[in-house]
Amino acid sequence: MENVERLLMEHPFFQGLDPRYLKEIAGCAREQTFKAGEFVFREGEMSSQFWLIRHGKVSLEIFVPGRGPITFSTLGAGDVMGWSWTVAPFTKQYDGRALELIRTLTFDAMCIRTKCDEEPKLGYELYKRFSQVIGKRLQATRMQLLDFYGHHD
Amino acid sequence: MPSSGLSVGQHLILERAHLPSLFEALIRKRYQLVGPTVKEGAIVYDRLKKVEDLPAGWTDEQEAASYRLKKRDDAALFGYVVGPHSWKKYLFPPQLLLWGAKRTKDGFKLTQAQEEVPPYAFIGVRACELHAIAIQDRVFLKDKYQDPHYKARRDKAFIVAVNCTQAGGTCFCVSMKTGPKATAGFDLAMTEVLEGRDHYFVVQIGSAKGASVMEKLPHKTPDAGHLQAAQARERNAAGQMGRSLETAGIKELLYRNYGHPQWEEVANRCLSCANCTMVCPTCFCSTVEDVTDLSGQQAQRVRKWDSCFTMDLSYIHGGSVRASPHSRYRQWMTHKLASWIDQFGASGCVGCGRCITWCPVGIDITQEVLAIRRSEQSETA
Amino acid sequence: MDTTISMDASATTLDPMRPLPYRVRSCSRETHDTRTLVLEPPRGQSLAFAPGQFNMLYAFGVGEAPISISGDPLERKALVHTVRAVGATSRAICGAKPGQVLGVRGPFGSPWPVEQITGQDVLIVAGGIGLAPLRPAIYHLLAHRSEYGRIVLMYGARTPQDLLYLKELERWRSRFDLQVEVTVDSASGKDWLGNVGVVTTLIPKANVDIHHAAALVVGPEIMMRFTLIELEKLGIPRERMYVSMERNMKCAIGHCGHCQYGPHFICKDGPVFSYARIQALFKTREV
Repeated sequence: MENVERLLMEHPFFQGLDPRYLKEIAGCAREQTFKAGEFVFREGEMSSQFWLIRHGKVSLEIFVPGRGPITFSTLGAGDVMGWSWTVAPFTKQYDGRALELIRTLTFDAMCIRTKCDEEPKLGYELYKRFSQVIGKRLQATRMQLLDFYGHHD
Repeated sequence: MPSSGLSVGQHLILERAHLPSLFEALIRKRYQLVGPTVKEGAIVYDRLKKVEDLPAGWTDEQEAASYRLKKRDDAALFGYVVGPHSWKKYLFPPQLLLWGAKRTKDGFKLTQAQEEVPPYAFIGVRACELHAIAIQDRVFLKDKYQDPHYKARRDKAFIVAVNCTQAGGTCFCVSMKTGPKATAGFDLAMTEVLEGRDHYFVVQIGSAKGASVMEKLPHKTPDAGHLQAAQARERNAAGQMGRSLETAGIKELLYRNYGHPQWEEVANRCLSCANCTMVCPTCFCSTVEDVTDLSGQQAQRVRKWDSCFTMDLSYIHGGSVRASPHSRYRQWMTHKLASWIDQFGASGCVGCGRCITWCPVGIDITQEVLAIRRSEQSETA
Repeated sequence: MDTTISMDASATTLDPMRPLPYRVRSCSRETHDTRTLVLEPPRGQSLAFAPGQFNMLYAFGVGEAPISISGDPLERKALVHTVRAVGATSRAICGAKPGQVLGVRGPFGSPWPVEQITGQDVLIVAGGIGLAPLRPAIYHLLAHRSEYGRIVLMYGARTPQDLLYLKELERWRSRFDLQVEVTVDSASGKDWLGNVGVVTTLIPKANVDIHHAAALVVGPEIMMRFTLIELEKLGIPRERMYVSMERNMKCAIGHCGHCQYGPHFICKDGPVFSYARIQALFKTREV
């Protein structure tokens, strides 16, 4: 438990968060390891978790019939993975697969949501941080859409 | 009585009746004379064989989008200002073969670039045009690379300048400090005087080349009356300017107004026809075309005038950088009046008014600048 | 058989619009639309160039195109260019066969400030074909490795099939004194184990001391724009960010007016500029 708290304190994502809240959140987290090739989450699943990647690379993919899995993003050490737990209908819209051995801090979303219901201020702080993640991912996706290096006639 | 050893700066009188001797002297020296002549309702620059080819007794009436020739009530040879042509027609020809090449068994070979460039004698170059030539000299001769085609023509050119004795409807050389009096860059400069029955030129020697030509021609020493007559006419021109342009801080003014709504306003009128760039004596944009004959064995590289108003000029990677007329007009005016100063140390505009006269919709560069200046003033008021 | 071409140097030095004939030694495939050409100069012709400069390459009877030099500045016997086929001229150049002759004029343009940034960490961000004009700078930095701090290369391409210089990337990756991060905009999940995402997403992870760092950036203008935003967030000052700009070019000698970018002629005031110098222009549309 103490180890998890320390990890959270050091992580930039949780910077500025009241240490009391950190303790609450730490109570919903555990360390996890995934083998290379293992799916961390699958399309259609309930978003019951989110992750802090501590080591290794994860591929976010969408399976396209006839083309196979297309990777549209990879996340690595230090990245927060999984924002769909903040947005109804709380389902995963794509697959997350470990490209190599990965270690994560896995957070139980139900546990976190219950604590947020009890302490709305905690909820506000977490949603602020997750909106940033969603915003950055959206902007990055827009840039991919612009197809920088494509042939534009 | 011809005196020996005329000096640079010296003035003398050349009678109108003796002007043909100047032409003949230049022709004997193998110059190809080019100068103003009437053609298709305008005074253009073309080959001159004799003095009679000059537009004697003609004047021009110019306004925005308007050019008309009108008969004078005297026989002045230079009683007009500038027409649609400028001397860049000769120094920086609209179309020029840069080189030819032919395939060889192990590649290709460029043919020797031995261009036959005629020595031109420019007759009737106005002060604004002298500045325009000097401005193009800076572009083509005084920068990192020299253009040998321009240099060959420029080095050989003999320049007979003419001081304007009246201003045109769209002239603003006084604002741009480029006239109306020719002060440098000529071999000879003449002011035409018609007074009663007298018709003569007060000629100023501008160079050793000019001195050596004038020496052999019938000329006489001017008296105070002659010089005053010439000066009065030069002053007359200065007082008649059809337009004015405030140049103080103009570079900064245009640099800070890239987003000004005036550009959209002028774009609603501008046809992007490129007339202004064709008639402007300092515009130097060109394009290069690489062509082959049908057999594919011979190739040529040809340089042609281009214009920043074309979509092609800024075309890159499937699109034009300056796709809107707004951006292209802004490019032309900002370059001419502002960027040019950073690029070449002086304005690109000589105040000749051609762009105003020859714009089919009468866009007036002086008015456009004024509109931007005024909007800034009203903001701070 | 002596295939070196003798030429008339005097005609060319007098006229900067006359190309010199260079013979194609090889034309190798980098990607489906990109080739790297190795050209041999005519006898007696010097091959000195500074990283970041470009030549005008001429395909007989087709046309001329400005192409960055992508080879090692220390190489004196062969000239290397990486060309992407986007139009008639570049397609003709990409189709050149060994033994064929292409015309070359140059080198032109301002180079990467490799001397001015000694002592700094260097962050190189390349997008697409942008890696080509950066490669000579990378060669220079590696040849003078001890003069620089940390060197980081971040390279983004469309897909794994569009990556240039694969063998070289692998070699660079395996060095201990160079950090290489490669990303693609999208990839098949089966074949690619590397990063996926636009190159800007890599920048926050750059391992450089922002107080002593310079950045060299090349790619499509839109990519450079977003990259510079990320570099600013990182804390690198604008005077130490350098970009290579591109505009339509015809003469490359500052006479035809085509490549103007505000008051700058990209052929002689650029293509390399510090971002501080052009920041106002960069933000202005259609300039």
